[in-house]
Amino acid sequence: MHGFLIYLTKRVGQFLFVVFTGVTLAFLIAHFSPVDPIEQTVALLTNFGSTDPRSVELLRQSLRELYGTDGSLLEQYFTFWSRVLTGDFGPSLSAFPTPVSTVIGRALPWTVGLLTLATLIAWTLGNLLGALAGYFRNNRALKAVGVFVMSMQPIPTYIVGLTLIIVFGYLWPVLPISGGAQLNLEPGFTWEYVSSVLVHGTLPALTLVCVGLGGWFISMRSLVSNIVTEDHVVYAELAGVPGRKVFSQYVARNAMLPQVTGLALTLGHVFGGAVIVEFVFNYPGVGKLLIAGIYAGDYSLVLGVTTIAIIAVAAAMLVIDVLYPLIDPRVKLG
Amino acid sequence: MHDVLNAKAKASAVAPKNVLTVEGLKAYYINEHFGVRREVRAVDDISLTVNRNEVYGIAGESSSGKSSLIKTLAGAIRPPMRVVDGSVKFDFGGREIDVYAEPEQLKPARWRHLSYIMQGSMNVLNPVRRVKHSFHDFAYRHMGLGGAAFWSKVRQHLERLGLDPDVLEAFPHQLSGGMRQRITIALATVCEPEFIIADEPTTALDVLVQQDVLGLIKDVQARMQASIIFVTHDMSVHAAISDRLAIMYAGRLAEEGATQALFDNPQHPYTAHLIGSLPRIGDVRIRKSLPGKPPALSDPPSGCRFHPRCPLAIERCSKEVPQMLPSATGGRVACFRAGEAVAS
Amino acid sequence: MKILIDLLRYNREFLLGSICIAIILALVVASFFAPYDEMMTYVVIPDMPPSAEYWLGTNSRGQDLFWQLAASMRNTLMFGVVVALVSRVIAIAVGLVSGYLGGRVDQVIMAINDTLNALPNIPILLLLVFVLRDQMSWPILAVTAALLGWQHDSRLIRSVALSLRNREFTRHAVFSGMRTGKILWREHLPYVMPIVFYTTMNNLIWAIGLEVTLSILGFSDINRPTIGGMIYWANAHSAMVAGIWWWIAVPMVFVVILFLGLFMLAMSVNEYIDPRSRLARMGA
Repeated sequence: MHGFLIYLTKRVGQFLFVVFTGVTLAFLIAHFSPVDPIEQTVALLTNFGSTDPRSVELLRQSLRELYGTDGSLLEQYFTFWSRVLTGDFGPSLSAFPTPVSTVIGRALPWTVGLLTLATLIAWTLGNLLGALAGYFRNNRALKAVGVFVMSMQPIPTYIVGLTLIIVFGYLWPVLPISGGAQLNLEPGFTWEYVSSVLVHGTLPALTLVCVGLGGWFISMRSLVSNIVTEDHVVYAELAGVPGRKVFSQYVARNAMLPQVTGLALTLGHVFGGAVIVEFVFNYPGVGKLLIAGIYAGDYSLVLGVTTIAIIAVAAAMLVIDVLYPLIDPRVKLG
Repeated sequence: MHDVLNAKAKASAVAPKNVLTVEGLKAYYINEHFGVRREVRAVDDISLTVNRNEVYGIAGESSSGKSSLIKTLAGAIRPPMRVVDGSVKFDFGGREIDVYAEPEQLKPARWRHLSYIMQGSMNVLNPVRRVKHSFHDFAYRHMGLGGAAFWSKVRQHLERLGLDPDVLEAFPHQLSGGMRQRITIALATVCEPEFIIADEPTTALDVLVQQDVLGLIKDVQARMQASIIFVTHDMSVHAAISDRLAIMYAGRLAEEGATQALFDNPQHPYTAHLIGSLPRIGDVRIRKSLPGKPPALSDPPSGCRFHPRCPLAIERCSKEVPQMLPSATGGRVACFRAGEAVAS
Repeated sequence: MKILIDLLRYNREFLLGSICIAIILALVVASFFAPYDEMMTYVVIPDMPPSAEYWLGTNSRGQDLFWQLAASMRNTLMFGVVVALVSRVIAIAVGLVSGYLGGRVDQVIMAINDTLNALPNIPILLLLVFVLRDQMSWPILAVTAALLGWQHDSRLIRSVALSLRNREFTRHAVFSGMRTGKILWREHLPYVMPIVFYTTMNNLIWAIGLEVTLSILGFSDINRPTIGGMIYWANAHSAMVAGIWWWIAVPMVFVVILFLGLFMLAMSVNEYIDPRSRLARMGA
């Protein structure tokens, strides 16, 4: 248990370091912007006419603190941190005067749900197929699957998404290509609403799965083809341990471990894919929010989403790292 | 000692047939890449027999093909290695298995009749599973016992081998190298197989642990009256454990005979060299090493493969391949000048 | 050279990849012979389907898609190559130094490396694009992308360099008084070159993907033709709905050719470098 505590401390330390670096980076990028976001935003807002002056002042102040015009650089940096830690990014411009945190809070479950599901499916399926392809090297069906899966892998997310839209939206229109759920339905745990969410999520999830599958497939296949020559596998085969057991407990089980670590490492990349997918399918998550924020010139929203994304990705990595010793007994000691 | 001899005599009276018969076995690595075909003759025309209740030693330098030979015997070769010619036949108490004619026959016999102690105790056990799972995976099917009875048998077996049954709960990385090797021996013998193949089981261990493990193998073998093929390059280990000994050089057998006779009166110049290079107490002479190095098996020399390094080589040696023929000391030897060599 | 011919003869992926890339490179070369400036609009009849006169058709902005495609390929590839080169320099430097020094320094460098790797690239890039607005030009974008895209490869290079550290020839060089920089440059760099080559291909794929993504979203100079830019304009004019399918199909088909080509080259090169996967292939 003592070893595990050391391990845990290290991981949490790393998490804090990642968050610190990311937030600092976001602060610096925002701070050295050549345009003045504050007056630009206020001008944009007052152009629309009827606005409550108190809310405008609130926006002005939060922007001043986020983008830093008050006090010394260090003071600005601390103000920025206190804003990040309290999750207070001020009101959003594009949804004025709703606070940014509320807007993000509404969008976050969509992204988390979509990403978790799609990543788990891609990871599980890619590893399973990759392990089978690495173990049964001469199987023709698996080879064909491999060629298909691998040729999907290098293609940009956007292209895959657009192709799916063309196929399932225009050529054979069976699935919704836009939105997160049917608009006229009341959100809640009703059969209609849940099934609508699932149907709307199918194409976005399918896109992410298609893009993610190949990478897992390739790395798992090469891991397995290395592991089958290792002593403990050869020994089990010599002992006549049934093939299915050798495959699951001696080959796949061991090859899976680096893949779990790999999953943590690719989460940032996966998030980038989600931004694109949400844009393509007009999915109501934080990725779409980010892009809409950029188009609308909504500074607080863009900065808020970026910061939240950095923290969320780091937190997800931490969760995976902390769960890792459950499947690899060797970590506990070191 | 007397008991063991009696047991041996009894066993051979009941079943006079050999447990293992190998005839004209050839197994090559065949590589084809970018249009170039390469052939490595790792096992080249080997015939031998192993009797019931006998430790049959195989010696030779590294890359002499001894590992390839036993892998072929155990039916454990994978592409690009292939059996080109010859046969490997086991006889487990009247049940004959021809390994390469009917490979399916061997499968159910594995571990029940034929088990394996591998080199590199470090990596033989699955690193992410507890030791008890290995015992379950390897042996449960063969014992025909229910859960509780199986585990009490396993624990009994471990205790008999001087191991604490609690090691079953451990992960391999929590155990020392010597401990792991002892566990693999326990694992290989828990089903009481008739035939055990041991591939350098003591090589990675330090000398004291080596003695211990060697004693353990001998002990188990004597009790179960199993046959063992024991492979190591270490001649002093062979002197301690092998009843009969075969010397391999560049994929072929050079000599075979009773261990004592081989050490006393080596017939092949290569055997003489191997024995001559053993240190002896009180001996202060500097050991002579042979010139040159073992040949590459992808491009072996013509005739006798040892002739470029042989101090006794004559012209004939580079042209003709010497056959394994009965030797003066009751074994077999493949040399045109057999018996002329003296261990220096 | 012989290796190249052998690869072409015996490795199907390499052959297919080479063909794909040859098509793309032919387009790049063709772009220098374009009959009119690629930035100009309304130089040909708009909305013409592919024909003998306009091989790939024309778009609603009055541009010949063939010449647009050629110029786009050139610009997109240029972006990718710049990113790959700049990030290679960083990855090699960090990887070699970290691996060579080893110990505590190595641990610190790798901790920083992993931290940067943990940051999601797309949001940070988008934030930068957003903040810089009109000051954003493709060289700035390329350098930023390069700064974000080397950590994975430097780790790979470092693991090779780490194994070189204790090799005989390194000690030899150290004892003979060779300077550290020279050891790394002359003795270690050649060893990591194969893995550098392989990672370059993957990095190129990643960089081009990034460029395509950002310009599809309209976050680059939209008047400068790029593959993503072509799709951006097609979307802006609702080409799918208007039935001008070739406008969107052309860049999509060619971007797929480009990516598959690069990917197959990377795979076959990797296979050539890694003897283990070669062995596995022979076993089949």
